This record gives sequence, structure tokens and C-alpha cells, in this order.
Amino acid sequence: MSAPATGAIALHGLTLGYDRHPAVHHLDGTIQPGALLALVGPNGAGKSTLLKGIIGEVPCLDGWIARPDLAGAIAYLPQSAEIDRGFPLRVLDLVAMGLWRHIGPWRRAAPYRDRLTEALAAVGLVGFEDRPIGTLSGGQFQRALFARLIVQDARVILLDEPFTGVDGRTSADLLRLIGAWHGQGRTIVAALHDLAQVRAHFPQTLLLAREPVAWGPTDRVLTPHNLARAQTLSEAWDEDAAICGRAGDGHAPSHAHSHGPAHDHTTHGHAQDHGHRDAP
Amino acid sequence: MIDTLIDWLFGPFLEFGFMRRALVGCLALSLSAPPVGVFLMLRRMSLMSDAMSHAVLPGAAIGFLVAGLSLPAMTLGGLAAGLAVALLAGAVTRSTLIKEDASLAAFYLISLAAGVVLISLRGSQIDLLHILFGTVLALDDPALLLLGGIATVTLFGLAALYRPLVMECVDPLFLRTVSRAGGPVHYAFLGLVVLNLVGGFQALGTLLAVGLMLLPAITARFWAADLGGMIPVSVVCAMGASVAGLTVSYRADLPTGPAIVLAAGAFYVISLVIGPRGGLIRRFVRARHLEG
Repeated sequence: MSAPATGAIALHGLTLGYDRHPAVHHLDGTIQPGALLALVGPNGAGKSTLLKGIIGEVPCLDGWIARPDLAGAIAYLPQSAEIDRGFPLRVLDLVAMGLWRHIGPWRRAAPYRDRLTEALAAVGLVGFEDRPIGTLSGGQFQRALFARLIVQDARVILLDEPFTGVDGRTSADLLRLIGAWHGQGRTIVAALHDLAQVRAHFPQTLLLAREPVAWGPTDRVLTPHNLARAQTLSEAWDEDAAICGRAGDGHAPSHAHSHGPAHDHTTHGHAQDHGHRDAP
Repeated sequence: MIDTLIDWLFGPFLEFGFMRRALVGCLALSLSAPPVGVFLMLRRMSLMSDAMSHAVLPGAAIGFLVAGLSLPAMTLGGLAAGLAVALLAGAVTRSTLIKEDASLAAFYLISLAAGVVLISLRGSQIDLLHILFGTVLALDDPALLLLGGIATVTLFGLAALYRPLVMECVDPLFLRTVSRAGGPVHYAFLGLVVLNLVGGFQALGTLLAVGLMLLPAITARFWAADLGGMIPVSVVCAMGASVAGLTVSYRADLPTGPAIVLAAGAFYVISLVIGPRGGLIRRFVRARHLEG
């Protein structure tokens, strides 16, 4: 595996999880700069966990992530449920949060007013500046969060289910925005459920079911065979799973599989190179 | 008529030095505690602050055991205990998945009982009453300076923390992705909470220390839509409650601290009914809706 290009996000034998149970299991691969990648998989497949792992929110149980750690290089759109919409905040103030890299905790936001207005115009929220965020509909709120992403102006943009509970017109508008970002050479990773949407707009797909099932060009990943395999894999959850014998770093690089009962060996064999490396 | 009203309201302050001191102390507290309370309420930490105010008690009690009813000793003890609890509670909230309300409830009951026992070891019933319900009519110079200092530190502190604090409330995950300020901001804010609890402890006693902090803040929610409105409204409400509470307690010979908190409570109930933002009247009397 060669050194990743600058700005790439490289995942090395990455295992992420909660309370020792892996939610993302032994994931290898590189998200190239400028990629437009869809994360697809059943519920509980580890899509959100992977995104949170990339921003450092979920600790690595094993392996590591090489990512650009430039301040402000990564922008992350959480699932809306994680934001307190009852807080008395104006839409403009929510969008202005994206300016943090420029204004920090103390400098005035007023000089950047034009940027905020442009961002709101780009998502079709002109005239909503002074509305409290609690009065926005689901789609409008998602548009406001996209405006914040525009203001953040990051090279890498991670989107966690950006179109959940959003109507067709709004998601079409936001998809156009994502296309524009892609055209500007930004890296975009989005966790999505709508396969038709993925096929239409995302050239690359990572199909995840805790284990990586397939990673590559969308039409070759989203085959009925792969999708069925993803479904089977994600349903195998074992509360009493044994300790995973697949060594991450420094252990038997010979890939000795001595797995717990949760693992179905016939389903191994990932589209992506799954070779284990020794410690860096 | 108006003259008599003014005289009824302000006469006691013109006449007596101790009333003026009480007023100054309460106004200083009214300037600092309600804005902190607004953030506590918006972060759904109202009850946690109440629990923390009880945690101040054992510290103050140890100060009392060592030095009697001395302001510096009890303040230092209270500050130390309060900060310790705030740090512990903050660490628990931020690093585990455990719901904190149950552990805090257990914790404050223990603190309260331990504090009362500690004071009873040496003090009289009167001392206990002073500590539980405050001595707002006996504020001496150091106490006033302390309250003024707390107000100053709090206002400057909130001004410095304002933006990251708001982000921490609305979208903590976002703040973590753009900055490492989240943790320090959380602890600095808890520090301000403890400072104001110690201030409230001086004036209103440990049982009602959060009275001037939370009641005006909750009241402000009925009058203003955003923080820029809620904070001034809460300060004005607390000041009004201070004046009204002090006057009424003097005229009607009521205990002062509870009178002030009751006045704030009266403002809350009135706002609950007539407040333009979600008040009860608005619920039952529908305004004509707009066209778009």
C-alpha cells in the first residue's frame, strides 16, 4: 500500500465500535481526494460509525486512520436528531457557526455577512435569516445545515444521511449542491439509503455491513448478490462474541482467521484489498 | 397616591443602611446569576444546578467548623466543594453514558445531610437557619465585595465564552469537529455556575441559592425569543424580584431570602399566564393568523 495522496483519507485495518463490539470491522482502503463516495448498507451497518470515526468521535478499537488534520479540513453533517432544535437561535446564527475557522470565539461575524447571505441564497433560504431554528421544517433545517457546510468551505465533507425526512425537491436541490462541490474538487462521503439516488449521483460506493462487503464503482458494487450478502452479514450480531483473532497490528500477518461464532467464514472475501499490515 | 406607593416601596432603603446593603448585594447577584441560569435552563441543567447548590453546603460547613461564621472560610470551603462536584459531575457526563440525574439526586441528598450534621456539631439552630436560608440583611463589606466580584467575573466570563457556549448547547458535535474548546468551555461554565451558587449562598442560603438564578431565567423564556432578549429580561426580572422581595419582607415582617425567591416566583406565575411566548392566555385566546 503506497502512501496516500495528500488530502486522502486512508483507513488501515480499521475497527470502530462501542464497548468492544465492532460496528465497523477490519476496513481497509483509501478515500481519494475529490472522490464522491456513497456509504450504503442496512441499518446498523456502521455507516454513521465510520463517519464519526473519521472525525475522531468514535475511538478506533484497532487499526488507524490517516486523514488530513488541517484545522477546518473536514466538515461533518450530523443526523439532524443530534442537534438541539429547541434552542432559541436564529437561522443566520446557525449558519454563522461555519465561520468558526475565521472568527473563532471572539472576532466579529459582521465582515462575513455577504458569505452568509450567499450561502443562504444557494440553499434557497433567503428571508429566513431571523427565523428561530425551531420554526423551520425538516427540509428547511437541512437546507440551513447545508448553508453552514458551504460557509465552512472544507476540503472534505462528510454527510450522515443528509436526505432522511427530506422531500424530493429539497433533496434534488441539495444533490445539485453536492455535485457542485464535487466539481470544485472536494472530497464527499455520504451515508445514504436510497439506492436509486446513489446509482444516479454517486460514482463510487462502499457497501458496508459492519464488514466491508464491496468498495468500488457504484454499478459494480450495488449488485443483487452484494446487497443480499450485506443483509445476511448485518443480521449476525452476537452478544457473546469471542475476541476477534484477526490481528490488527503486530500480530500474525498471515491472516489466521480464528473467529468467534459471529463470523461466517464463507462470506469473507472483500472486493477491497483486505491484507493486514504490520505495525507502521 | 404615587408618593405613598414610592414611599412604601423605597422607604425602607432610604431609612436603613442594612436594607441598602441587602439591595446592593441582591442587585449584584441579579446581574450575574440570571444569565448563567438562562444557559443552565437551555442546556436542561436546571435541576443539576440545584443539586450542585446543595453540594456547596458541606464545604461551607467545614469552613464554619474551622472558623465559625466567617465569610472567607465558608466561601472558600463552598467554592472548593462546589468546584469538586462540578468537575466530577462534568467528567461523568462527558465520559460515560450514565444518566446523571439519578447519581446527582443521590449525591445532593448526601451532601445536604452531611452539611447539616457538620454544622450541628458546633453551631446552634440559628447558625443552621442562617446557612440554610441566608443572611441577606447582614451582608458586610467583604460579602458585598464578594458579590460584586462574582458579578464582574461572571459577566466578563460569559462574554468571553458566549459563542462556543452557544455552540456547545446547540450542536456540541459540531463544536468538537471545528475546535477543541468544547471541554474547557464546559468546565469554565460550570466554574461560573459554582461561583454564582456561592454568591447565592451568601444572600439566600444554600436551599434557595438557585432561586435568583433559575426563576428569572425561566420567566424570561415567556418573554423573549432569543438569547439576546432572554438575558436582559432575566436580569430585569431578578432585579425587580429583589426590590419587591426586600420591601415586602420588611413591610410584612417576612424572612427576606424566601420573600425574594417568592417574588421571583410570582413573576414566573404571572409570565406563565400572560407571557407572549407560550403563555397560557396565548394558548386559549388565539390570535388571528397571518396570510403567509
